[in-house]
Amino acid sequence: MKFALMVSEGPYTHQSSDTAWQFAKAALESGHEIFRVFFYHDGVNNGTRFTAPPQDDRHIVNRWSELAEEYGLDLVVCVAAAQRRGIIDADEAKRHGKDGDNIAPGFRISGLGQLIEAGIEADRLLQFGD
Amino acid sequence: MSEPTVKRFMYINRRAPYGTVYSVEGLEVALIGAAFEQDVCMAFIDDGVYQLKKDQDTSATGIKNFSPAYRALGDYDVTRLYVEGESLQARGLTEDDLMALTYEDEDDDWAEKPSIRLVSREELSGLIDQQDVILHF
Amino acid sequence: MLHTINKSPFEKNSLESCLRLAKPGHDILLIEDAVYAATSGTIVSELVEAAMEDKNVSVLGPDLASRGIDEARLLKGIGIVDYAGFVDLTVKNDKVQSWL
Repeated sequence: MKFALMVSEGPYTHQSSDTAWQFAKAALESGHEIFRVFFYHDGVNNGTRFTAPPQDDRHIVNRWSELAEEYGLDLVVCVAAAQRRGIIDADEAKRHGKDGDNIAPGFRISGLGQLIEAGIEADRLLQFGD
Repeated sequence: MSEPTVKRFMYINRRAPYGTVYSVEGLEVALIGAAFEQDVCMAFIDDGVYQLKKDQDTSATGIKNFSPAYRALGDYDVTRLYVEGESLQARGLTEDDLMALTYEDEDDDWAEKPSIRLVSREELSGLIDQQDVILHF
Repeated sequence: MLHTINKSPFEKNSLESCLRLAKPGHDILLIEDAVYAATSGTIVSELVEAAMEDKNVSVLGPDLASRGIDEARLLKGIGIVDYAGFVDLTVKNDKVQSWL
């Protein structure tokens, strides 16, 4: 079965990022496909590689990157939500004259249409948020 | 050639405007999603009914007033805005407190018709059950 | 249809809203802070028990354990699933709705 997930809260404040990751991992390990994980609202904060939690805490961002690496997950950060919250890739940094970018490995920035497409293409679309 | 997939999308709005970002970013999804030619409708329940309150004026808070954007929904073929009557009533509101949102019906010589449809809890429950994709904002 | 709820019923009305719009035969999964709704002797116990008469209510085990809730404290008839069970519930139901 083909799933799509939407994550709409930032890591560390709400549990939704953790639940979404656990769900994604369980689904992939059961042999299901994940068409896309779309990050919206404060969920875009899942996609910054500048995250540096204490050593004894889980690294939510790296966990996504590793899952993407292992399973070829498509992790998409909403561009409009990301721009408002300072999540930026090299192209966006150039366009907005910023002095650096922070997008984490395995993530890409794209439009809201990616969420709608995920709803159309996937058999099930699940939301994790607040 | 296979027919393009048309799914029934319903965006359920349960949050008041301004206090959090969910309602405005949810509206953005509805507007962007219209370009995909899916069967789209919106539902307003709980505090979501406050999104449609008329006379919103944000000038003193400095937040962008996004309520005029609801008027654009009709032009994007989002013509069904279901409002749960019980949620309105629980908040001491009637339909008169809501913005007058309309669309032009292309099947009826572009007659202007109201987009807001007051429905009962029971009717809304049935409508939700008919959808393919349901997103909450 | 599968409904997921992730809010404490003592803080938000997500449980109440879900239950008033869900139909008989639907599945309801309590996750995150909503797992408190599955415990007995609370002001929402009656509401949940009434829902269980025609709907299937289950709770996410890892979220129970995280919050120190023993299975013995759950309302009778509530199923416990792990993340794989959560996945199975979404496969079994043709659509999912998240009450946030």
